[in-house]
Parts: sequence; structure tokens; C-alpha cells
Amino acid sequence: MKQLFSFIKKEFYHILRDKRTMIILFGIPIIQILLFGYVITNELKNVKIAVLDLSKDNITSEIINKITSSGFFTLDKNIQSEKEIPQAFKQGKIREVIVFENDFAKKLQKENSADIQLIADASDANSANMIVNYTMGIITSYIYDINKTAHIPIRINTQERMIYNEELRDVYMFIPGTMAMILMLISAMMTSIAVAREKEIGTMEVLLVSPLKPIQILLGKVTPYLVLSFFISVIIIAIGNLVFKMPVLGSLTLLLAETMLFIFLALSLGILISTIAKTQQSAMMLSLFALLLPTILLSGFIFPIENMPKALQWFAALMPPKYFIIILKNIMIKGTGFAYVWKETLILAGMTVLFIGVSAKKFKIRLE
Amino acid sequence: MSKHSIIISNISKSYGNIKAVDDISLNVKKGELFGLIGSDGAGKTTLLRILTTLLLSDSGNAQIENFDVKNNYKNIRQIVGYMPGRFSLYEDLSVEENLNFFASIFNTTVAQNYDLIKDVYSYIEPFKKRRAGQLSGGMKQKLALSCALIHKPKVLFLDEPTTGVDAVSRKEFWGMLKNLQKKDITIMVSTPYMDEAGLCDRISLMQNGKFMETDTPENIINKFQKQIYSIKSKNKQKLIKDLRKYKQTYSANIFGQAIHYIDKRNNIKIDELKNHLKSENHIDIEIKAVKPNIEDCFIELMKKEQSAVTNQLKN
Repeated sequence: MKQLFSFIKKEFYHILRDKRTMIILFGIPIIQILLFGYVITNELKNVKIAVLDLSKDNITSEIINKITSSGFFTLDKNIQSEKEIPQAFKQGKIREVIVFENDFAKKLQKENSADIQLIADASDANSANMIVNYTMGIITSYIYDINKTAHIPIRINTQERMIYNEELRDVYMFIPGTMAMILMLISAMMTSIAVAREKEIGTMEVLLVSPLKPIQILLGKVTPYLVLSFFISVIIIAIGNLVFKMPVLGSLTLLLAETMLFIFLALSLGILISTIAKTQQSAMMLSLFALLLPTILLSGFIFPIENMPKALQWFAALMPPKYFIIILKNIMIKGTGFAYVWKETLILAGMTVLFIGVSAKKFKIRLE
Repeated sequence: MSKHSIIISNISKSYGNIKAVDDISLNVKKGELFGLIGSDGAGKTTLLRILTTLLLSDSGNAQIENFDVKNNYKNIRQIVGYMPGRFSLYEDLSVEENLNFFASIFNTTVAQNYDLIKDVYSYIEPFKKRRAGQLSGGMKQKLALSCALIHKPKVLFLDEPTTGVDAVSRKEFWGMLKNLQKKDITIMVSTPYMDEAGLCDRISLMQNGKFMETDTPENIINKFQKQIYSIKSKNKQKLIKDLRKYKQTYSANIFGQAIHYIDKRNNIKIDELKNHLKSENHIDIEIKAVKPNIEDCFIELMKKEQSAVTNQLKN
């Protein structure tokens, strides 16, 4: 016990005294979560638009008002003629131009229809689509409002309701994903590097020629990262909650317990990698390619697994983060209890046992 | 109980086609200071790693204090101290922290065995708060030795402990080893420095994974039959070239400022040699007979091995 304790103490010294490690441990998670939260988002916020109002009547100004007060759009400028439209886009700030035809209000009264042209900058196709859809949505609801007072024929209105994420907010998607990714990165990569470092500087030789048991060496390496990773998860959950309003509807204790399980799993993967990698460099490369990329691409974090080819779906089923993300979403967003996530929990636990078993078997009591 | 601390029987170890250790046998007595002398790549590190249970040999076996290096590796790891070629210290830990760490993994404390390491540790104790990475080579070496000694090992294995260390520290270091020997520790030390061979009780001269000779340094020198002449002249570079061209030369090798020369003949006429060198335009020529040292013996043994190999190939 005393041997293990002093090993852990030594390991903490290594971590706390190395600025780079500290930055990776605490800087990267915070930066990553903020980056994903603010930058990589599909929501519209303050998109700059220009308006070419050839009619300038009370209806067009009401519609413009509706659009600009929605929070999605801000009116950058009013333009006077069609010739100015290309110029406005070329300056790059404006993403959409709304054109109202001549005598808009009059036509609407006489002919019950009038034309609005929406021109969007489709160099970014996805957001152009969204910008147009949002604008149309606002205009439709305006028309619906004025129709309410008028006599109208029977019509069917579809009502959409998105449950669990009523506002279709991206945070609900990215916080569980980012958390899985960060824990994988830190726990697996940092431990594998820490073990590989002992091999590289030659201290592993001395540790092997000592009464230390392999399990003591591995536990000594893993424990500090277990503690630190747990702290980091708490930080991520806190930032998610405070900055991005990500709720935790289910039990926080269950959430933290599942997180611990996932950290264990990532650590055992890190140990497994370290039994293969001889240098810090190869440990890092292995972790990045074997863990990080699949976590991002195949866990359902960014690309829905259901849309993948069958073969990739099978492969994705082997990715531990997939199950962790399912568990996180269940607990945080749906507020479900253990009864709904026991299957995923069992899979993660099984994988952990497997990885620990394989690494214990692969751990070398001698040099190669 | 056997009087031998280390018993090696027909140990071999290959890496691919290269025989790093080739059928070596050796007994080292308890309390002996034994030196493995050889240049880089001779197989010293591989042999030490086999004895410290870090590597398995391909064939043969070895015992340390009656424990088999393969089957009883756990027992051996309790009783040996090992200092690898690169001083394996944690550079981001202080001197004190390094020592405490190594003490604790051997289930002991610095205080418990302070007597044993005092001699070594006293040199670096004033810097105990300093990080190991900021120590000089000599101080790192002393710290590494302290760490290898902290659990009072019965057998101490040192792999090139004096490489990359200044001359003064080297001398101090050998003094410390001599003192440790008095405390009933068997020491096996490898070194590429021939001048350190004389400080060991017994040595093996190692080359290409084989022991060319194993004996006390004195005996090895006494076995050397040929007369060596130390020759100096103004132009050393030209001198070695000219001597190697000379028809009576058996061997000529640079030793510091002089050249150690061995003649093919048993009765050498110094004047004749001197005249020859004069005719080659050498000035300030100085020739004197000297006693051989270990390096002379080493080179001579290497030469014999090589000619044996060439003869084998010819036949």
C-alpha cells in the first residue's frame, strides 16, 4: 500500500509540474467545450441581411420589423436598386437579401397575392437553406396572423413539436459528444503517454527491477488521471449547465457514476495502448487515430449512426463512446433512471473488464 | 551456501543474426568487485540485463544469490540494485524526492539505510531540493547510485556508470565502490574505459559477445609476453603512418601523446628503429620500453581473435 501511495504521489508531481500536461488536462477541455458551444453551431443568430423594398408601404415595413425583431436576423442596410444586390453580397457580410416587389400592399389587397424574393448566399449551402427557411417561417406566421381576422377558406395547419429538445438546440447534441471525446482524449492518451515516457527515459527498467508488481505500476499510473478526469467531467457538466443551459434532468449521482465508468474504460484503453507503444510519440499517434477519430466520426456525435452504411454501423457498435453518449443523453435530457440505461452500462462495463484483462496479460514483466 | 554470488553458465542471446552474448560462463565471488571491460556493442548491457532479469537469454542459465534469473525473478528483484546506462532518474523530481521514491518502492526508508548511502549521498545532500534534471553528470551519477543502493542490495549491477562523467567524479565514484565492497555487496560494473579495469578485483575483457579473457588485472598484464615501446616524435600523425608501413612492425597504436609499438622480432635494436625514423624525416624521436597496460592487452587479444576468425574463414 505504501509503495502504491508513493507511486501515485510521484505521478501527481509529474503532472502538476509539467505545464504542457496541465494545459492539455485543463485548458483543452474548457477551450473545446466553449469552441463547440459558440462556433460549431447550426443555430442562426444575428445573421446580417439587406432589404430592397421597392414598395415601402405599411405591410412591407411590418414584415421587415417581424424579421429583424426575431433575433435571428439583423438589418445591415437598405438598398435602393437591384443593381446593388451583387455588390452587397460581395462585401461578404450580408447573407440574405429580401426583395419586396412594387406596390406590395396594393397587390395583396387586390389580387390576394404579392411576391417576396429571398436571395441567399449559398456558398455555405446548409446555412443558406436554414436562413431561407427561417425567413419563410417568419413571413408565413405573419400571413397567418393577418388571415386570422379575414375570412378564409378551410385549411390544414401542420403543427410541429420537437420533444426533449423543444428549441432544437445544438448544445443537447454537442455536450455529451464533447464530453465523451474529451474524456477519451485525456484519460486514454495521457495515461498511455505517461507509461510510454517511463519506457523512453529508461526508468521503466529500474521499476521492473524492483519488487513493484505490475498491478501497482498500472494503478499508480492510472489513479491520478482518474481523479483529474473526474474533476474535468464536473467542469464540463458545470460549463454546459451554466453557460449553455444544458440541463441535468436525471440523477446527478447516476450521471457521475456512469462518467466514472467511462473514465475507467478510457483509462484501461490507455493502458492497453501503452503496452503496445514504446515511445510517447507512438502512444500519442495511436491514441489519436485509434480513439479520437472514431469517437468523433462513429459515435453518433456528429454524424447519425442510422445514416451510415451497414458495415460502418456494425463498426460503430464497437465504439465505447457511442454508448456513453446514449447514457448521457438519457440522463441529462430525458431524465431517465438506471432502468433505461442498464444495457449500455453493462456493455461499457464489459468492455472495461475486457481491456483490463488484455492489458494485464500484455504487460511485460521484462524488456522486450 | 555457495561462495559465489553470480553464477553464469553458457548464456547466449541473439538479436536477429547478431550474437549479443555468445556462450558466456562466469562465476563471481561474494563481495567481489567485478569489471566487464569492452567497447560499445560488445554485449555488456545485454549481459547485465539478463542478470537483472530484464531480458531472457536464448540458452544457458544464470543464478544470482542462488536464485534463477528466469524462474525466481521476483526474488532477485528484491535483492539486487541496478543502475542502467542512462541514469534512470525522474528529472522533474528533486534529489530528495527521487531518493524517497526509490526507497518506498523497495518498502524501506531513507533513514533506515542512511548509513549505507551516506558516503555517496553526502556529496549531493546540499542540493537535495534541486530537481534531478538540473544536476551535473557527476551528481546525477551519485544520485543514481544512491537510489540503487537505498534498499541495501546484496548484488549491485552498474551499467557504464562513469560514461559522460568528468575525471574527478569518476575517481570519486570508484572510491565509493571500493567502500561499498567492504559492506559485503557484490558489485558487477561495466565500463568502456580501460584505465578503470585496474580498479576491479577481476575483470573480463569482452568483445563481440564473448569474454576474450577473465582474470585479475595483474595476471592479464603478466600474461602479456611482448615488449612494448612508447615512441614519440614531433609529428604524431606521420609517425603512426610511418610505423605501420615499417616492415618490422607487429603493431602500432596511439596511446595519448605517444605510440605504443611492438616489434616482430624478439631482439629489437632500438638504434636501428631510430635511424629508420630519422630517414623518414622525424625529429625529436624518443623511444623507451614500457610495461603493458590493460588496453595493450585488449588490443592484442582483439588482434588474435581477428586473425583466428580470418584463418577460420580461409580454411
